[in-house]
Amino acid sequence: MSPKEGSGLSRRAWLATTSGVIAAGLLKTQADAVSLVAQEAPVVGQDHTKVPGRFVSELGQRAPGERPRRLPRTQALSSSSRTPLQDLHGIITPADLHFERHHGGVPNIIAEEHELMVHGMVDRPTVFRMADLKRYPQSSRIHFVECSGNGGGVYNRDRMPTDVTPQALDGLLSTSEWSGVMLSTILREVGVRPGASWLLAEGGDSAVMSRSVPLDKAMDDAMLAYGQNGEAIRPEQGYPVRLLLPGWEGNANVKWLRRIEVTDQPTMTREETSRYTDPLKDGTARQFSFVMDAKSIITFPSYPYVLPEPGWWEIKGLAWTGRGRITRVDISTDRGVTWVPAELQVPILSKATVRFRHLWEWDGRETVILSRAVDETGYVQPTIQQLWEARGERTNYHQNHQRAWRIGADGVVTFGLGELL
Amino acid sequence: MSRFDGARLTCVTFVVVAVCAVAACDPGVSAGNAEGDGQADAVSSGQLPANAPSLFGFGSPASAARVALWDIDVRPDGEGLPSGTGTAAAGKQVYEMYCIACHGPTGNEGPNDRLVGMEPWGDWPGTRGIGNYWPYATTLFDYIRKAMPQNAPGSLTADQTYAVIAYILSLNGLLSADAVLDATTLPAVEMPMRDRFVPDDRVGGPSIR
Repeated sequence: MSPKEGSGLSRRAWLATTSGVIAAGLLKTQADAVSLVAQEAPVVGQDHTKVPGRFVSELGQRAPGERPRRLPRTQALSSSSRTPLQDLHGIITPADLHFERHHGGVPNIIAEEHELMVHGMVDRPTVFRMADLKRYPQSSRIHFVECSGNGGGVYNRDRMPTDVTPQALDGLLSTSEWSGVMLSTILREVGVRPGASWLLAEGGDSAVMSRSVPLDKAMDDAMLAYGQNGEAIRPEQGYPVRLLLPGWEGNANVKWLRRIEVTDQPTMTREETSRYTDPLKDGTARQFSFVMDAKSIITFPSYPYVLPEPGWWEIKGLAWTGRGRITRVDISTDRGVTWVPAELQVPILSKATVRFRHLWEWDGRETVILSRAVDETGYVQPTIQQLWEARGERTNYHQNHQRAWRIGADGVVTFGLGELL
Repeated sequence: MSRFDGARLTCVTFVVVAVCAVAACDPGVSAGNAEGDGQADAVSSGQLPANAPSLFGFGSPASAARVALWDIDVRPDGEGLPSGTGTAAAGKQVYEMYCIACHGPTGNEGPNDRLVGMEPWGDWPGTRGIGNYWPYATTLFDYIRKAMPQNAPGSLTADQTYAVIAYILSLNGLLSADAVLDATTLPAVEMPMRDRFVPDDRVGGPSIR
């Protein structure tokens, strides 16, 4: 339910009015009771059983009342827009709501004109057109893509706000079923020469996005993806083909891929030196921090929702890890003092988001609720204090600490990490 | 039995057969089970079908000329740098023509990235300018040649690129005003923060890093 529909608030207001009526002793007769029930009856709109419906159409559309939207930052060549995590069900992100992060805008590439050149330390330098790539054995896998700057907006004490939604906080995360050809298939085809250890992936956008990728990852589970949730990959996600590095920071998943050069060293591009590196408290800066560590976020209840009354509520959220599978998600409804395992929705896939749920009877008192993910390596999503202890307080990438929501006695939900500092 | 019922029965039969076939042939395909990672098929495990040829031969050979057209990256060892030269004096003119609108009169004023940063950092870099954060000077050539200026990326000549890099490095106190940059001297520029960069030491498991 979208919090902006205001149904929570209006129901709360209605309850307040009704209880006021009862408390004031005004509900004296059966007629009064009937009148109260009448107020609760659904609003009668058009009776759709009495009117013929629409005909079939070439392209489906959302119901007019459903308006999930990305949240754009600025209208600029280098900018981002975020996925409305709080409005989605399950684990798949509708393609038109997949987050965006571009460094030079979205190029208008025509698939039939696009070429991918693979060269460098290979036996057979080759130019592939899309028809060529699609002729190779195909694979489909469900994986998340997350920008390593996700969550960076609330990474230090001085900037710990309360009015952030899951979308504003962690919306640089999306999950799709990706289809394409495994990069290992293409590298086998061009014949990687002995001594090669890296490759440079380069985009065909105006930023000519360039990232170095270890050959081990390329030969493991990297994909040249041209499909997204059953259709051609969207322009904002790299049409007609992108590099997909499951579990690795979004920036390295180069979109609009036009060139792969097999090398014996990293190229040290701007985005792997002056950007996407992580300053640590000992005065060093961590480089090539590709893997996204385990993380989770409760998407309901969350700001700006208002719980209209105490009682049974289902806490819902997403968990994910770039190191394999999520094995457990713990929920705390008492500020992190005690934890209980949440229900995990199958399928639980490697390097994919997992939906978790926990049925909770809220007693109406103020509290803070949190989630923490555990992955198959035994990694437990840390507290923000643990991350600060390990890295210092100023690393702004890879902020995978536990997220928290404060629930007020009035039912108002706000971002609650500041409550735990 | 109506035609509709018959069609439905056929559908049900098909589904049952399909499910059995999947279960019998490859239990690893069933999503969410405990084996594998739940979605690895033969191809995505890095194994091609058993009857795959040693070479498919799709695509076209990339000639040396074709490779040269797109192979424009520059590495720390200088590989990829073109011939050409530039000085800070010439670079100032390039900067004021193409860069100043986004990076300001002295490289500090924005509105886009701050280019100058010389203050050393202890705990954490307050700024991440070129002088106090970028570990390799060659990265400037790789990036500027590809992506700058933002409204006309890839439009600077090699001489202009060397020159504007010389100017930016001189603004950062890393190059004298009369120094000449070329394919030999650019990789030799020592960037102060180079040794601060360390490889990722996160490995999963219980440790928090």
